[in-house]
Amino acid sequence: MSFIALNQEGKKEILDTIGIKDEDELFETIPAPLRYKGRLNTQGPLDEESLRARFRFRAHDIVFAGGGIYNHHIPAVVDAIASRQEFYTAYTPYQPEISQGTLQAIFEYQSMMASLTNMYASNASMYDGATALAEAAIMAIRAKGIKKVVVTRATNPAYRAVIKAYLQFNYDIDLQDAPFNNKSGQVDLDLLKDMVSSDTAFFIQQPNFFGIIEPMDEISQIVKMAGFWGIIVTEAISLGLLRPPGTFGPDVVVGEAQSFGNPPNAGGPLLGFFCTTKEYIRRMPGRIVGLSKDSSGRKAFCLTLATREQHIRREKATSNICSNQGLCALRAAIYLSAIGPKGLRNIAIQCASGARSLMKLIKGKGIDVIFSGPIFNEFVARVDDARIKALEENGILPGIRIEDLYPEIPDGILITVTEMNTKKDLKCMIERL
Amino acid sequence: MHDRKAITGFPLVVEPLLSTMSKEGKNTRRMPAPFEEYPLDDIKKDMINNDLPLIPDVSEVETVRHFTRLSRLNYGIDDGIYPLGSCTMKYNPKICEEIASRVKDIHPADKKAMVDILRILIDLSKNFEEICGMDASTLWGAAGAHGELTGMLIIKKALETKGEVRSKVLIPDTAHGTNPASCAIAGFNTVQIPSGKNGYLKASTLKDYIDHDVAALMITNPNTLGIFEQEIACIAELIHNNGSYLYMDGANLNAILGTSRPGDMGVDCLHLNLHKTFASPHGGGGPGSGPVLVKRQLSPYLPLPWITPDKKGLYKLKWDSPTSIGRIHSGMGNLAVLLKAFAYILSLGPDGLKEVSRVATLNANYLKARLSKSFDLPYNTPTLHEFVLTDKYQKAHGVTTMDMAKALIEFGIHPPTVYFPLVVNGAIMIEPTETEPLAELKRFADVMETIAIMAKDSPHVFKNMPSTSPVCRLDEVWAARHLILTWNMIESNKKVVVSK
Repeated sequence: MSFIALNQEGKKEILDTIGIKDEDELFETIPAPLRYKGRLNTQGPLDEESLRARFRFRAHDIVFAGGGIYNHHIPAVVDAIASRQEFYTAYTPYQPEISQGTLQAIFEYQSMMASLTNMYASNASMYDGATALAEAAIMAIRAKGIKKVVVTRATNPAYRAVIKAYLQFNYDIDLQDAPFNNKSGQVDLDLLKDMVSSDTAFFIQQPNFFGIIEPMDEISQIVKMAGFWGIIVTEAISLGLLRPPGTFGPDVVVGEAQSFGNPPNAGGPLLGFFCTTKEYIRRMPGRIVGLSKDSSGRKAFCLTLATREQHIRREKATSNICSNQGLCALRAAIYLSAIGPKGLRNIAIQCASGARSLMKLIKGKGIDVIFSGPIFNEFVARVDDARIKALEENGILPGIRIEDLYPEIPDGILITVTEMNTKKDLKCMIERL
Repeated sequence: MHDRKAITGFPLVVEPLLSTMSKEGKNTRRMPAPFEEYPLDDIKKDMINNDLPLIPDVSEVETVRHFTRLSRLNYGIDDGIYPLGSCTMKYNPKICEEIASRVKDIHPADKKAMVDILRILIDLSKNFEEICGMDASTLWGAAGAHGELTGMLIIKKALETKGEVRSKVLIPDTAHGTNPASCAIAGFNTVQIPSGKNGYLKASTLKDYIDHDVAALMITNPNTLGIFEQEIACIAELIHNNGSYLYMDGANLNAILGTSRPGDMGVDCLHLNLHKTFASPHGGGGPGSGPVLVKRQLSPYLPLPWITPDKKGLYKLKWDSPTSIGRIHSGMGNLAVLLKAFAYILSLGPDGLKEVSRVATLNANYLKARLSKSFDLPYNTPTLHEFVLTDKYQKAHGVTTMDMAKALIEFGIHPPTVYFPLVVNGAIMIEPTETEPLAELKRFADVMETIAIMAKDSPHVFKNMPSTSPVCRLDEVWAARHLILTWNMIESNKKVVVSK
């Protein structure tokens, strides 16, 4: 299969129009030593059935893994609409006259994200939650003269790794972890008090990586003295139940919205989101869709604030991001429209209830649940390797092992429950523990 | 002359905002509810939202019709030619979408499934390395610019490890805007070099810019004029003799697939754009994918995780390395997009890959041969997969590149890239790709020729174009001044918002 429509007759017509005899003449502009003479040693060609046969995967039957990437119900309408070629094969909407579909849908995505987080505005998406966090830190450093970036240790370790990679050559920035309390699993408030000052940017994940809900009211009081602070949300479904993070007064709310209509995809594409206050909208990274009007006075949408972006500002741009996760943001918009306010609330309650149900069963088995803080839909238990192996052999993936990420929690496993799990799943797991 | 009405097919509808359709109780969807509800009184009351989340309450049929109607206001590659220069808008094979969906329900912590996925990713890496003549690679870049940033971090880390402080990256004036922006984030300063009247970088020009503070040269080959960098081998030697690295932006790799390899040119590090060269869809602005390939001496710095075989030959992820730049993504990059690219490579096979660059170049040169009769061609140097025209002849009649782009919309065709590269005044940058049938190339050329005649005979008609698209020309200044970015802002700015 080559997906090329040109036959010999057509090729001859093209050569005649160009006025050459042989297509090789077109490549004489490449210096002879650089013309590749061999035949590439790549695989294929394959027909469609052979391709289908090559890509088959076996997964666990029952999965309790989350930790930033979640398996949630996706209404059939999401795939039906997102697979319309007008959406998925279009380019970035630089020509607004023939891109109003993408532009209005992204405007609606921005509206819903700003509303759910209770922030002033949202951009059109980021690569993932971790790069959204890193870009938030860069924005804080540039806008506020930040010298120290503090991230809670109970923030997803992958996010902390990415922010570290992005900032590694900013030699004058001090990157620190804010420890968690060993009992509650929440950030240690006493230690936090001494860590933040006016030259500090502070970031906290809510609910945190252990699934624990942080006492945001008290935290927001302590971090008032920080030069900049932000809340990270990696399980967007929690926005259906918990008080919107924006009500606590952060400068940004960033994170992962994969849970909104995007499947886990074995790790990507994900959907980073970036919401901020009025103060920072002109410094926000990434694309933004704004309302405008056309020459006949009709309502219309276009990409706006492009003057911040790299194709105009080049090295002085707020960010280098160009392609983002447009189609994933579209899926999130369709998803939220399809499930509605009650649907989102009910899913959040199901996730929280299912996790409590499994936690109770696990405690009943005499297994340690490590932290005492209130959870959303995840919790950390102590399960040794032998037991995990036995479960996996029975087709059950009980969660994510976190001992390598947190050596202070030996045999720690992060267990996640969503509305895609069933009571039977819980029973299967408990019987084999 | 081409009949305009016969081709345009956009509906003239203004679709209302989703928020205006919302009424309490309209959404009656039954959601999965496998568990008995807990009271959740362990969560402090002030942490719970007392109200329902503020998103629209609409029925399923309204959701479907709203987004379906919106989709009809868009133009996609399945509608027709999409000749955006340097964007490589080629046909996106449907089978690749199907293959990618095979992993949708898999969690990356599921090792049973990941063992097979990692084996496929290693195969894909090897294919990329062979295509580019490079030694090692990472697949985690989520877009071209993300790959660029990764590449520049790798170079920075390599220099730091060698104990060298070099702060400058040289970039030709034909470069993509993301190049300098990515360098800035990685902590480099950029210096722009003129590419000169032939449209490619001269080694003699480069010599004037080289000193011991130069970390790298970042070059696109073929460049954004569609011209192969003819002195690349000599440039690579100069760069290497100076202890600097040669970085290549792979945005235009489509022109040289199977025909010339970056590694053979002396490139040390490059990124690919799978949503260009390897046929995965652009998605209206992503998800793309930007793998990064390097020569052996840069491989210790590749981002984590690394895919490595264990003693039994099974592939695993390696999460630590003292030399790596660290992690650049919280998941596995845009993994599903990687699978689309692999399905594409496997479909084509080695001969098919070479055919891509051959036919892409033939198609572009066909259009160039036809259109250079009606439009100004600023460079005489031969071009490969794309070429740049200007509005010089039409401007004499008061018709600009922007006017002609909007006229193309009137004819039902997506315009080429305009006003880029910046070195060309009024640039019209055309890349048809290999997948356009000859009949479609002819339709585009016919319409462009018609537009050139119109510019001479009736230049006044352009200002009102497009008039048959869903909306007419937009007031982008108004958008930036008012910054109305959400439904809430429309509500609070009722005085300035138009009601139509």
